[in-house]
Amino acid sequence: MSSATRRFTSTAMGALTLAAALLVICPLLLIFGFLLYQGASAVNVDFFLHLPKPVGEVGGGVANAIVGSLIMIALAVSLGLPVGILGGVYLAESRDRRLPWVLRFVADVMNGIPSIVFGIFAYTVVVIPMRRFSALAGGLALGLIMVPIVLRTTEEMVRLVPNALREAGLGLGLPQWKVSLRIVIPAARAGIITGVMVAVARIAGETAPLLFTALGNRFWQQGLDQPIAALPLQIYSYAIAPYDDWHRQAWAGALVLITLVFLASLAARLATRGRAVAR
Amino acid sequence: MTKRSFLAVMLLVVPLASLPGPADAQLLMNGAGATFPYPIYSKWFEEYIKVDPEVRFNYQSIGSGGGIRQITERTVDFGASDGPMTDEQLKKAPAELFHIPTVLGAVVATYNLPGNPQLSFSGDVLADVFLGRITKWNDARIKALNPSASLPDQPIVVVHRSDGSGTTYIWVDYLCKISPEWEQKVGRGTSVKWPVGLGGKGNEGVAGQVKNAPGSLGYVELAYAITNKLPAAKIRNQAGKFIEPTIESTTAAAAKSMPADFRVSLTDSPGPEAYPVASFTWLLVYKDQPNETKGRSLVKFLWWAIHDGQKHAAALLYAPLPAPVVKDIEAKIKQITFSGKPLLAAQ
Amino acid sequence: MAAESTAGAGTADGLSFPPRAISGRRAALGDRVYTVLVLASVWLVLLLAAGLVAALIWESWEAIRTFGFHFLVTSQWDPVAGEFGALPFIYGTLVSSLLALLIAVPLSLGAAIFLAELAPSWIRPPISFLIEMLAAVPSVVYGLWGIFVLVPWLRDWVQPGLGRTLGFLPLFQGPPYGIGTLAAGMILSIMVVPYITSVSREILLAVPGSQREAALGLGATRWEATRMAVLRYGRSGLIGAILLGLGRALGETMAVTMVIGNRPEIAASLFAPGYTMASVLANEFTEATSDLYVSALVEIGLLLLVVTVVVSGLARLLVWSVGGPARGGRE
Repeated sequence: MSSATRRFTSTAMGALTLAAALLVICPLLLIFGFLLYQGASAVNVDFFLHLPKPVGEVGGGVANAIVGSLIMIALAVSLGLPVGILGGVYLAESRDRRLPWVLRFVADVMNGIPSIVFGIFAYTVVVIPMRRFSALAGGLALGLIMVPIVLRTTEEMVRLVPNALREAGLGLGLPQWKVSLRIVIPAARAGIITGVMVAVARIAGETAPLLFTALGNRFWQQGLDQPIAALPLQIYSYAIAPYDDWHRQAWAGALVLITLVFLASLAARLATRGRAVAR
Repeated sequence: MTKRSFLAVMLLVVPLASLPGPADAQLLMNGAGATFPYPIYSKWFEEYIKVDPEVRFNYQSIGSGGGIRQITERTVDFGASDGPMTDEQLKKAPAELFHIPTVLGAVVATYNLPGNPQLSFSGDVLADVFLGRITKWNDARIKALNPSASLPDQPIVVVHRSDGSGTTYIWVDYLCKISPEWEQKVGRGTSVKWPVGLGGKGNEGVAGQVKNAPGSLGYVELAYAITNKLPAAKIRNQAGKFIEPTIESTTAAAAKSMPADFRVSLTDSPGPEAYPVASFTWLLVYKDQPNETKGRSLVKFLWWAIHDGQKHAAALLYAPLPAPVVKDIEAKIKQITFSGKPLLAAQ
Repeated sequence: MAAESTAGAGTADGLSFPPRAISGRRAALGDRVYTVLVLASVWLVLLLAAGLVAALIWESWEAIRTFGFHFLVTSQWDPVAGEFGALPFIYGTLVSSLLALLIAVPLSLGAAIFLAELAPSWIRPPISFLIEMLAAVPSVVYGLWGIFVLVPWLRDWVQPGLGRTLGFLPLFQGPPYGIGTLAAGMILSIMVVPYITSVSREILLAVPGSQREAALGLGATRWEATRMAVLRYGRSGLIGAILLGLGRALGETMAVTMVIGNRPEIAASLFAPGYTMASVLANEFTEATSDLYVSALVEIGLLLLVVTVVVSGLARLLVWSVGGPARGGRE
């Protein structure tokens, strides 16, 4: 291939990737535009501070749903984060033949299971024995969805940490667990956070698994062992109703949800900012 | 290090969350079930706070089948369903369950044609459209019922529900009564094997599809047709009159004698002004309540719902219960007990 | 004791697991605690997954017993008559997911390459953020956007256009409903893009600069450096990202069921309505009345698991046969 062809290919590929990036943003802008157009009028202070109201009455809000979602995401993260990260490190570092292969396989499969199945599982093991719907069941279902996402992305990120860093740590006399926890994981930090935030974004918007676990609640929380409101549930209830007023609140709720995830993602990135690796 | 502080934050949130929130002193009653009555129930539960500030009713729509299953499992205090429970389902419940009718709803045939003329159908024509026997809008049988409407030479795009639903149950229950072929080939249920057509998810999915695709014909709850400004066809009832689906004609469908357990189908009702595709929606409660305080709150609410609650129905496009049926339901509510003693003192 | 090393666990090439204490008692304790925690996590995941599969098999046993192998090859889905066959759902799931990946993978990888390699550093954070936010949009919102915006566009512009130009292919024949397999594939591709793009971007960013510099130093153009050094180095990670997206596509329920037409029939055309395994589960589970009905639905959930396994396995096989394990990772 002549060098002119090679240079042309390079420029062309550059243009193509730019086009790809733009195309990828297009639906996002369309959807945001749609949500803004439909729901912006319903976003006001009441929306954030008040409980839901029946049709036709003004001043209703999704305050309890916001709090409920935050609570269940916290529960899910307390399961998904440690298990996912530790499991991911294991997959990347282990020399064993079989166990990592099994775990990786299981994680890939779990990633493909529809979220409603996790809801049904949490229903069977938590709701039925407790004889009630609860935030705990909802948190479990969401945590289960989170684990394989965090696990696989952590594995891939940790793999890419250059061996030189590990060797340096070991060479300084650090025990292996310190090398993993204090050197390798922080080095892969940005990527791990991305994986975690993608998982959090996913579970923040999940409706189906919460139908049989958290149930939903029109009122404020009364404990982790009671039904609890959640933004996606409230959005779903409003969206499938026949009333325009509720539709607007559904779109507004979606806007709020996306904004909250955005802020959380920003916060996570800022909190873990530090020396980047080999960029 | 930051992971640790992140975890610390999480660990703080969780115990804070376990603290009871504001206004926690009330009793919380949980119910789940049909999506159709969700708007009216949420209105009722909000209004009822003024009547009895000590109780909060939390209702979530997870579907009629979900409502039946949850009340059977006793994970909720009451269930709700658009279709009556079958004998088999009642047998699986740990104790006797009552069906308490609350309001009525109508399922309408809606369509999308140029100019949206007011159309009239008969049950057998509708059955044949949904069976795939009548495929074009300008079919002779449709023309015969609508001599003055201009019907295009276009295929009918049938739209039905893809998700299991009480609305579907009411619709196919009606078609079963009218068309022996439908009853034999398809039958009745919340989900059936549709011979033709596209499946939309939920009432809003069907309404959305019909609204956007010319030539469609689908079935939705009356409230969705009205709020989406979709036309609703007149359907010929058992008495031979073509009835427009309205609040009044829906209530008229319940003007017949009720069985004691209220598990009755109101489709193809004999009343002269009755709209033929109407139905009750029920709350499912145990005859013998497991908890006295909760049981008392429940029966007081039920009493309120069938009396004062009815005046909110029409504004939200539901049909109120007719007076004779209310009397029958009163008697039923009085039979609800705790440890054998009726909960509702004679009113 | 767990801290004893397994065969071949040396420290010359990085870390071993379980870790071998090399300095002092505190270090040994730390290593042991670490080992216990990690293994506990691993086994927790495996046990939960096993519990899930066991629960699925248990619930679907009645259907497995009644229908046996026929379940996989019959197309009847009749809840009233109690006849259930899963073939149209398997077909619909595979077709819609394949279509979604065909659209999403080139776009996502292209966008990731752009963000990681070619974009000026001030563009990267905002655009990356925007793309990640796509993952937060609830699927019911995707579905409704699909019904109100995507489907009319398909019905009025795209499908008639495709029918006119490529209508000789059976893929693009039939009346333009708007709703159908094509709509589902497109919505799925939008939903899958944020996963593949975000993870791929991180993978590419994590490739050491030395790789890139080495290629450039040898006279490669920017694209060649990207292709030979970066993409190859991060290949296993990129495959992982694509599999993540695939998993999302296979398991997505709400958005798909709102735009796919929900017709349990196998059709060659992308314009025709279809039905996926996840959709039928979401649609009918809450209302399923008889025990056999519930059992058949749970068996579909189990089948979806099997399909995920098979497709993931095939994908890995394909990649491995093309190029062998990637450098920099440990296969």
